[in-house]
Amino acid sequence: MSVSATPATRPARSHWWNSRTFRRFARHRLAVLGVVMVVILTLACIVGPYLLPYTDLYIDLRARFSPPLTGYHFLGTDPLGRDLAARLLMAGRISMLVGFAAMVLSTLIGTTIGVVAGYYGGRIGTVLMRFVDSVLSFPSIFLLLALAAFIKPSPIMITVIIAITSWMEVARIVETEVRSLRERDFIVAARMLGLSHRWIMFRELLPNAMGPIIVAATLTVARAILLEAYVSFLGYGIQPPLPSWGNMLNGAQQYLQSAPWLAIVPGVAIALAVTSVNFIGDGLRDALDARSDLN
Amino acid sequence: MTRYILNRLGQSLVLLVLVSMIGFAVLNLAPGGPLSQFALTPGMTQADLDRISAQMGLDRPLIVQYADWFWRLLRGDWGRSFRDGRPVLDVISGHFGATLLLMGTATVISVTIGTWVGIKGATKRYSIFDYAATVGAMVALSIPTFWFGLVAIYIFSLKLGWLPAGNMYTVGDGSLLDYAIHLIMPAMVLALVDVAVWSRYMRTATLEVINQDFVRTARAKGMTQRRVLMKHVVGNALLPMITLAGLQVPTLLGGALVTETVFTWPGMGRLFLDSLGYQDYPVVMGLLMFSAILVLLGNLAADLLTALVDPRIRLT
Repeated sequence: MSVSATPATRPARSHWWNSRTFRRFARHRLAVLGVVMVVILTLACIVGPYLLPYTDLYIDLRARFSPPLTGYHFLGTDPLGRDLAARLLMAGRISMLVGFAAMVLSTLIGTTIGVVAGYYGGRIGTVLMRFVDSVLSFPSIFLLLALAAFIKPSPIMITVIIAITSWMEVARIVETEVRSLRERDFIVAARMLGLSHRWIMFRELLPNAMGPIIVAATLTVARAILLEAYVSFLGYGIQPPLPSWGNMLNGAQQYLQSAPWLAIVPGVAIALAVTSVNFIGDGLRDALDARSDLN
Repeated sequence: MTRYILNRLGQSLVLLVLVSMIGFAVLNLAPGGPLSQFALTPGMTQADLDRISAQMGLDRPLIVQYADWFWRLLRGDWGRSFRDGRPVLDVISGHFGATLLLMGTATVISVTIGTWVGIKGATKRYSIFDYAATVGAMVALSIPTFWFGLVAIYIFSLKLGWLPAGNMYTVGDGSLLDYAIHLIMPAMVLALVDVAVWSRYMRTATLEVINQDFVRTARAKGMTQRRVLMKHVVGNALLPMITLAGLQVPTLLGGALVTETVFTWPGMGRLFLDSLGYQDYPVVMGLLMFSAILVLLGNLAADLLTALVDPRIRLT
């Protein structure tokens, strides 16, 4: 069985940092900037809260509505007198974790459905892909809000419903990829060797479709962070006192005149995180594109 | 052509059935099912709940309930709002106009700007303009719409005082100019994402056309760059964009929901959130189905329009 698992003709790779893919990615300046930004943001969210003089829940009543750079509150405080920097970093943990977890889940769902639909094709493929089309017919925010309102919102449930509303693109991409790979010689050979359908789908087809999946998964992280921000901003996502970038903006509109930093600070954090992830996705797309690999 | 249209209509019908199944599944997901809001009413006994359940036909098999629900959906009987007892379809249509106005204006803005940026980027590939447009589009796609709205309100309403911060008109002043002034900011905010998407696709589409033989011929016979662009490139590049316009409907509807909330615009999106707040499930479900049907219609219209303009599609 394991004979076909490693094609004999695969060229010996030296180190991953010498690979063509990596070199192409490293040439993409915005993508590298994106990686740096994501690393900085992640480290800040993990380590930052321990370095700040306040926790995200400490209420400094005398310092309510302080603008940034007053005393030790270097991003200011919110209407309750909680330190905005501490809240921002704790919120970042939740928002980025939700984004990442939703990506893992939705990529799993999307890839499975895509591989099965693409490999079997025919009636099974048609039914699955029509199902994908019909879920795509709902504007995702509408579906997300309806589900969030029906379900008791906890970070895990929010992650699950974000995944439920964002796996379809991955499924489409994987289906197209698998359908074109299916007729290739190595798959025909695998079939003639009598390998099981499951082996062919997940050991032969899937590794060869990895490039587009990785790109789609990266872009899904960006999308999931945005979706979490949307539902939490509208009040149906992560519930206070747990902070998230979205729900920090929830009450910000009414203080826009008196305390604009409440709206600006979390918004900049979301925009930075999502832009960086999108840059990475774009760089990966260029680096992994098989078509430009031919020359 | 007739065969193509029938084929495409058939596809849409199949999708409508599938969409309705998902909608029905979501409806039954509500905690306690469709009965949940009665269960909260003080003084309700289990017997009362059973009676209502029988009245609403909830004791029948799920498949019968679904068939009944779908049939009433098709006939336009979408139930009544829990909030004021009005038929759901009436409530929705009362808010639909405002959303349509907002989405229409945003589309006009984004198509105009996006087409221009896309063509300019393609004809001056790898220029500073092209690079800035690419990065700008990616940043625009990464900014949450509602936050962009908040920043716009902060700058143009609170600091500069040029534009109103919300609502669709000033009470007592119903002039066209008043509507227009209220429309500018939400439409621009809603258009942002669409401009980014449209300009990207327009750039790709233009690049595909610009290297074709007929463009080279046009250049070879001495046409000016401007005339080549206007006469041969733009029209052909816009063809695939019709499909894109159809595909953008769900994004626009979702964006409208958020934009309407920030700008207190009295459209479908606001209605959806208000109904969620009141646990007015018939209206919530109605809007969910209504928006999905709009998406299906948008895609159908785009495909039929493409077939009408482009003979290559109908012949294959």
